[in-house]
Amino acid sequence: MINKRRFSSILSVSIVGLTLSASTFAQSGRDYVYVVGSSTVYPFATVVAERFGRGSEFKTPKIESTGSGGGLKLFCDGVGVDYPDIANSSRAIKESEISTCASNGVTGIVEVKIGYDGIVIANALQSDALDLSRRDIFMALAKMVPGEKAGELIENPFVTWADVNPDLPAIKIEVLGPPPTSGTRDAFVELAMEGGCSSVAWIKDLKKSDEDRYKAICHTVREDGAFVEAGENDNLIVQKLQANPHAFGIFGFSFLDQNRESVKGASIDGVAPTFDAISDGSYPVSRPLFFYAKKAHVDVIPGLRGYLREFTSERAWGEEGYLSDRGLIPLPEDERREVAANTLKLNTLPLTSQ
Amino acid sequence: MPNQMTSRARVEAGLSRRKRKEKIFRASGLLATAIGILFLGIFFSTLVAKGASAFVQTYLLLDVELTAETIAPGGELDLEYADFDGLVRTALRNNFPELSGRNDRRELNRLLSVGAGFQVRDLVVANPDLIGTTQEIWVPAASNVDMLMKGNIDATVDESLRNLSDRQIRWIDTLDQAGRVDLRLNKALFTNGDSREPELAGIRGAMMGSFFMLVVTIALAFPVGVAAAIYLEEFAPKNRWSDLVEVNINNLAAVPSIVFGLLGLAVFINWMGLPRSAPLVGGLVLALLTLPVIIIASRAAIKAVPPSIREAALGLGASKMQVVFHHVMPLAMPGMLTGAIIGMSRALGESAPLLMIGMIAFIVDVPGGFTDPATALPVQIYLWADSPERAFAERTSAAIIVLLAFLLLMNLAAVILRRRMERRW
Repeated sequence: MINKRRFSSILSVSIVGLTLSASTFAQSGRDYVYVVGSSTVYPFATVVAERFGRGSEFKTPKIESTGSGGGLKLFCDGVGVDYPDIANSSRAIKESEISTCASNGVTGIVEVKIGYDGIVIANALQSDALDLSRRDIFMALAKMVPGEKAGELIENPFVTWADVNPDLPAIKIEVLGPPPTSGTRDAFVELAMEGGCSSVAWIKDLKKSDEDRYKAICHTVREDGAFVEAGENDNLIVQKLQANPHAFGIFGFSFLDQNRESVKGASIDGVAPTFDAISDGSYPVSRPLFFYAKKAHVDVIPGLRGYLREFTSERAWGEEGYLSDRGLIPLPEDERREVAANTLKLNTLPLTSQ
Repeated sequence: MPNQMTSRARVEAGLSRRKRKEKIFRASGLLATAIGILFLGIFFSTLVAKGASAFVQTYLLLDVELTAETIAPGGELDLEYADFDGLVRTALRNNFPELSGRNDRRELNRLLSVGAGFQVRDLVVANPDLIGTTQEIWVPAASNVDMLMKGNIDATVDESLRNLSDRQIRWIDTLDQAGRVDLRLNKALFTNGDSREPELAGIRGAMMGSFFMLVVTIALAFPVGVAAAIYLEEFAPKNRWSDLVEVNINNLAAVPSIVFGLLGLAVFINWMGLPRSAPLVGGLVLALLTLPVIIIASRAAIKAVPPSIREAALGLGASKMQVVFHHVMPLAMPGMLTGAIIGMSRALGESAPLLMIGMIAFIVDVPGGFTDPATALPVQIYLWADSPERAFAERTSAAIIVLLAFLLLMNLAAVILRRRMERRW
């Protein structure tokens, strides 16, 4: 029996040993920048991280793709080497997140607006080009649409695009888009659908009187099969569009840019989704992208200051920088200069009242 | 006798029907197998057709002048200020003396990979004697050039529909005619970590991540799994409790893997404070995942050892402990190892639990230990499949081919092990 006891004690000692040694590892310092957040910012942040890693003596930052909300939650969990230095986000940080941050000791947050991302509605290249208004998009994709009388809502009856607007072709409405967990979906709903929704006078008035109902009307996408949730993989949507010439897909501008020989973007409110139109703000469905850095980590985590400088340099985010090759729409020059200066001075967001 | 006649007649009457039934059954079995093989064939052939081209990569041959003034002012190699990109660009421009404008140059420079300058730098660092000489160097081309050479960009469509301009395509043709463009073995795929430039991206980092994870998994799951199996089979009393444990183990083997990921996030990262994205945590989670598989396989192997061997040993005066370790375990070992290898190959192909513990990340540096941030092969495939750059599509397929090759090797090892070591009674 001695043998058996020895065997099991060796086993338990080795397990305990493994976990103990692991926890001591975790306490030690970190010599690389740790970034979390939005999957929309991920393709841009990774390019900057890689160039920074190659061109400097520091390690290449680690970038986790967690989604904007998940990233900011990790970011706000605390200060120290176990917590991320930067959170990427495809929307501005919310007041509630700032106060969560503050209650965990994360008080100095540097906001960096990095540029714009357009959201496009595209179809196969050989299909007809479409010129949609935001109102058309809302009418085609909302679950409930306004009826004949003011204040009346009916279940979306439209089957073809021509039902929505006689100028559009008589093909069945079939739109492939991202699921509700996606930041692209949030932005599409807020910018395109809400934009069309508020063109109806009585719904617009609701915004002041009954905001919840206003949002329910404007933000709810139909579930009868006309809008197909195609998963987070935008490449898959592009492939499906090539296979089905009547279908439309919703995805980020960078995917349109990389697949110009197979898909084309529909004009929205008469403006085609081009680099210049998104850049000057005339294309209506575009959103700013951000990242948030922890001031307390600068000069503690090696390379963090350098990463901030690289991201806000002209060769990265400028008009002809390498990020614009990847489909990031740069900020106007004045704004770039201002944001870069604020970033390098580590100007933090104002704290909200506790 | 009439009775016999009728039963025989009945048999004969039914015979053709029975034979027909058997034929149909056999044919449907064959059909099912054929359908299975057909789909496997389609899967493999599309994978190979898509992925094979990723194992080669377009390179440009340039006469790079390693001028001392640019890279080693004052005789010393100055890596911080040496403009290797500039050297490579000048070398490319020397092929097109007619170009002068800034825009022309920019357009021309886009034919080069970002990695071209780094390759020259590595060459010079490894061999400083080259400074001051002119060297013929094969440098990687940009991924769009690669796509053109592999026929994935159609040069005949309108210029606005592709990512290379008409002029760029003409330049590539000129270089090609001069013998300066070639598809060569894509070593970067196996020696580099992840990259956002498709032509520089490799699976080395992901392979090392998977390797470290599997080391942790096997080191933990095999001894624990075998110990549990031996205890349950040989020592545990057969009662309601051991039945309950058995049901639970079988049940655990069927729990979706994402649940183990959530468990890992809650216990190993949030409670024990282990680092995110570390192979250690991934290995721990995968160990939990493979434990039931190993226990079930090991128990089956122990059960297959004939009771006469145990009885003979006991009869000769061996203790229960000696029976187990001297006789049962050596005989059951091939079966246990097979179970372990099958468990490992399942762990290698697992991605869902790793998403929860931060292993879905962009990590360029190849991990060198158990707590370095790392990804795993299936996660790398997922990340590449989601990248907008066209050239990642073929690399995704190539990574899948490599993963499948590893899985095949492991399963083959399990089969060979069983053939070689198994004893039959």
